[in-house]
Amino acid sequence: MRPIDRDSIQAELDDRLGQELYLHLETTTGSYTKLGPEKKNPVIAFVRNARISYARGTVTGTGPYRVGLKLGEGWVYADGLTDYEVNERGELLLAGLDCEGQLTMALQLSQTPFREGQTDAE
Amino acid sequence: MLSEAKGRQQDATHSRTVPFDAAGESAVLAVFPHPDDESFAAGGTLALCNEAGVRTAYLCGTYGDMGRRMGRPAFTNREALRDVRTVELRDACAVLGCELAFMGLRDKCIEFEDPQDVAAQVRRVIEEYAPTTVITYYPGHGVHSDHDALGHATVLAVRAMPAGLRPRVLAVAVGDPNVLREELGEPHVRADIRGVKDRKLDALRAHRSQTESMFAHMNEDAREDGQTSTFSERLTVREEFYVLDADAPTLLERARG
Repeated sequence: MRPIDRDSIQAELDDRLGQELYLHLETTTGSYTKLGPEKKNPVIAFVRNARISYARGTVTGTGPYRVGLKLGEGWVYADGLTDYEVNERGELLLAGLDCEGQLTMALQLSQTPFREGQTDAE
Repeated sequence: MLSEAKGRQQDATHSRTVPFDAAGESAVLAVFPHPDDESFAAGGTLALCNEAGVRTAYLCGTYGDMGRRMGRPAFTNREALRDVRTVELRDACAVLGCELAFMGLRDKCIEFEDPQDVAAQVRRVIEEYAPTTVITYYPGHGVHSDHDALGHATVLAVRAMPAGLRPRVLAVAVGDPNVLREELGEPHVRADIRGVKDRKLDALRAHRSQTESMFAHMNEDAREDGQTSTFSERLTVREEFYVLDADAPTLLERARG
């Protein structure tokens, strides 16, 4: 992954306007927060392979960045995005990485379902 | 049978800690949900078995697809992580001399599967591999929901077997050892892993995406206080287990009433 630049991300979002897409949206503190000094509750959510289509998609902020996708009947919102990659499958992967390189947020769009089941390496 | 103490599912016949004796085993099967659990929770024990000529295998529940560690600095991403971790686990198992099989479940979602389905999958592997001991997480003391759910399914798998064919179930409880001792008592089985410490650490290093940051911190800590930190000592000196009674309801069953 590499640091987000807004122009590239905006172009990627514009390319996907009106398409039927698969969404992966996630935020995570990690599952082991209870073991930390503050014994915090874990806060984790993800949606994988939800079908969406957006009529307007925008990246904002000065880093970390926000992305909002305006759907026909709702919104997709993510804050805390820092890094991105378009992988070999053409999937747009946006992520928030903390100073340790740990993922805190992910917003990903794909024209085909994100992979499930057996890994390529298995 | 079922211990009176809250939060316990242990075999009450084990009142004192005995050393783990690899020579007494003919095969050992580890059942954990994520690539790296085998090395953190039982890497030393698996290495001890390997040195004693005992067959070992790891049945890994998921590909660890939802892990948030990506290396330090990050060298992979959410979609590539599953392949990265599959390869890392294969390397770690090579270090430990351990066979490997995957269950193909989705990381973080094991508790939402039908426990009987997951248990049936575990049972098929137990019956095929015929271990004398199965090592898993202590259901209700796993901290991570996948740890609890797969520990629970493993107990169900053993419970469904005829008494004479059942392996012993050794359970790993996660967290502060002092708190765990208060809640669960002294561990029943303790493996002295000092002699295989380097193999455990090498297996952990093979899980580069997950452990790079931990090793960096361990080195920083060691420089600061001039001695090994408690955490790394726990990792390299001993592994402790509770013997579970497969017929006793797990904490997950009791929580459902």
